[in-house]
Amino acid sequence: MKKLILAISMLITSTAAFTAGRDTINVVGSSTVYPFSTVVAERFGKSTKFKTPKIESTGTGGGMKLFCAGVGIDTPDMSNASRRIKKSEFDLCAKNGVEDITEVLVGYDGIVIANSKESKQMIVSRKELFLALAKEIPATDGSEKLIVNPYKYWNEINQALPATKIEVMGPPPTSGTRDAFAELVLESGCKKFSWIKAMKKTNKKRYKTICHAVREDHVYIEAGENDNLIVQKLTANPNAFGVFGFSFLDQNSDRLQGSEVDGTEPTFEGISDGTYPVSRPLYFYVKNSHAGKVPGILEFLKEFTSEESMGDEGYLTDKGLIPLGEEKLNIVRKSVLSLTPLKL
Amino acid sequence: MNNMTNNSLNETHLKNSTSDKVMYSETYSVTEKVSASLKRRHRKESRFKAAGLLSVLLGFCLVFILISDITYKALPAFHQHWVKLEISFDPSWLSLKDSGESSLLSANYRKVIKHSLYASFPDVKGRKDKRKLFKLLSSNAEFTLRDKLIADVDLIGTKQPVWIRLDDDVDSYLKDEPEIGAAGARVDSQQAGWIHTLQIQNRIEKRFNIAFFTHGDSREPELAGVKGAFTGTLLTMLVTLLLSFPLGVSAALYLEEFAPKNRWTDIIEVNINNLAAVPSIIFGLLGLAVIINIFGLPRSAPLVGGIVLSLMTLPTIIIASRASIKAVPPSIREAALGIGASKMQTAFGHVLPMAMPGILTGAIIGMAQALGETAPLLMIGMVAFIVDVPTTVTDAATVLPVQIFLWADSPERAFLAKTSAAILVLLSFLLVMNISAAILRKKFEK
Repeated sequence: MKKLILAISMLITSTAAFTAGRDTINVVGSSTVYPFSTVVAERFGKSTKFKTPKIESTGTGGGMKLFCAGVGIDTPDMSNASRRIKKSEFDLCAKNGVEDITEVLVGYDGIVIANSKESKQMIVSRKELFLALAKEIPATDGSEKLIVNPYKYWNEINQALPATKIEVMGPPPTSGTRDAFAELVLESGCKKFSWIKAMKKTNKKRYKTICHAVREDHVYIEAGENDNLIVQKLTANPNAFGVFGFSFLDQNSDRLQGSEVDGTEPTFEGISDGTYPVSRPLYFYVKNSHAGKVPGILEFLKEFTSEESMGDEGYLTDKGLIPLGEEKLNIVRKSVLSLTPLKL
Repeated sequence: MNNMTNNSLNETHLKNSTSDKVMYSETYSVTEKVSASLKRRHRKESRFKAAGLLSVLLGFCLVFILISDITYKALPAFHQHWVKLEISFDPSWLSLKDSGESSLLSANYRKVIKHSLYASFPDVKGRKDKRKLFKLLSSNAEFTLRDKLIADVDLIGTKQPVWIRLDDDVDSYLKDEPEIGAAGARVDSQQAGWIHTLQIQNRIEKRFNIAFFTHGDSREPELAGVKGAFTGTLLTMLVTLLLSFPLGVSAALYLEEFAPKNRWTDIIEVNINNLAAVPSIIFGLLGLAVIINIFGLPRSAPLVGGIVLSLMTLPTIIIASRASIKAVPPSIREAALGIGASKMQTAFGHVLPMAMPGILTGAIIGMAQALGETAPLLMIGMVAFIVDVPTTVTDAATVLPVQIFLWADSPERAFLAKTSAAILVLLSFLLVMNISAAILRKKFEK
């Protein structure tokens, strides 16, 4: 028994010494950026003498927590995010000594509302989507009152919509995709009501609850974080709609079709030129102080921001990333390679 | 087993009633009562037996459906289509300066592949079409060439037939066995035409996908393999077994054989029982807070994973071991002590070997639980994309269930088959583990 304890404690001290030098880049963060940064990491590992970076899929918030825990090789070097870093996270970083952070804008990700190709494609506006999915909606008589969402069928909202039950499968509240959906679709639909929009200035908290709350009467079905599961359920149920990232629509374009939102179909071109309204930027953040300590960070950034990966015809676009466009990419590349610290 | 005990119970009932007959005068009515109810009781028994058999059959059926469904879905993952290209390793195309390793590493292999591919389809013109043509190949084709050239430098300047993996979209398209020239899910009619041309020229071959067993993870389905996750699982399970088995058995032995029975040991017992019911993610949080943050062990390492999982399996092993130690008849202990064995000799020489089959069962249940865990590993960084196959317990690694989870979440459709295939690998791992435990148990039972 004593020998065992001794052996274990020796093992622990020896591994503690082992971590003193690290030759792999550690990346944490968003599961939405994960499919893209892993591709770059794999290529980077294969085409250079550096080791393949390790990419953890922890979610944006969890990643930021780890990233901002401090500097030093036992903390991650980079953090992926499907939204911009929050002021509170930036402050936490600064408090823990993570002072210079470089922001890398990777590209865009479209969020689509899709259904099976067996049904007709839906043409819908964000206001209609808000009316279909919000927990409480303005009273139908036009007064400035809220009622519990009474709609059960799409054509109750607008005669032009199909006469099928409203049934939408989407991500749970913990997901970044859900946050983006609430902000880009529900909130902008909600803002179409001028008296709610006016509330933004007077009572911001109330405004947010009205606009972001999703109904809980089994019309919006939380289908878990796995987008493939939603895709499978949509093919099984042609009347249902699903909310997920563009890359999943891209991969399943033979079975699914994206709904036209506010007059634009979710296509590669539509998202990249900004006419498709529901898209969000993807980022990752780098600790500048690690650039000299962990080998390969600058080279990794160079690979990531190269024309071959993030460019208009780069390999990341094959994986469903919507590229920045030449002009923006040049600006990003310049600021990233000179490790320009982020200011909020 | 059930059957036998039931029968013997019935017999004793009957015997009792016959002896009753002698003792009491009203025995006749009792026997009548018994024989009248006999039919009913037999019916009850056969109903129970039928229900039992039915549930066993139902269980088998469901397992069979599950396994055959997974196997069916996994089948495409075990094959991969390759294409033959005539590659000329022209030093000017490669932009090679010399044949040193560093210039070989950074040579332009893509250009060489493009030249060869476009030469096979001279009528493909225009940037867009050429790009579409190039997309038929795996995006890692250049690395195949690079490895080939590094292995044999003499190839520079020669023209060689080289087999290259097709892209996963094309691979899935071919596996669906489409009509000639028909567009598929991710292959348009133009590409389908090119594929057909290659097929006519006998340049496409379906091979066993050995990369699935020899490669680590990859974001390209045609290259992704389970070796990294498998090795990670092996290392993690090894750490778990080495920590939890000796600790668990010693704890159980101490608590059963040596510890005084007082309030303290009662509290310990209650705590161990409670620990077995703690959700596994809590152990992950503990691992993050204590093992990584305080002891400073590396994130994502099988060592940390093994420690966390052994915390999880320890209560299971202790509880099972205590039960099986308790079941050793006291006469064994008394006999050993009676002929002068010390308490320690009794425990290790007599009690432990007799309790071993039960202890092994407990250990295997605990290990099987640990094998399928992903939740605690999320907190300690093992849910990660790791390409390199780990070699030691401190290398970054992931495990099979995590690999399944990550692949199931990937947008590329070819990962669907890989996911099922990885599930099969995990199930076989479990099977091997269980069989070896069963063999060990048999050995101890003798």
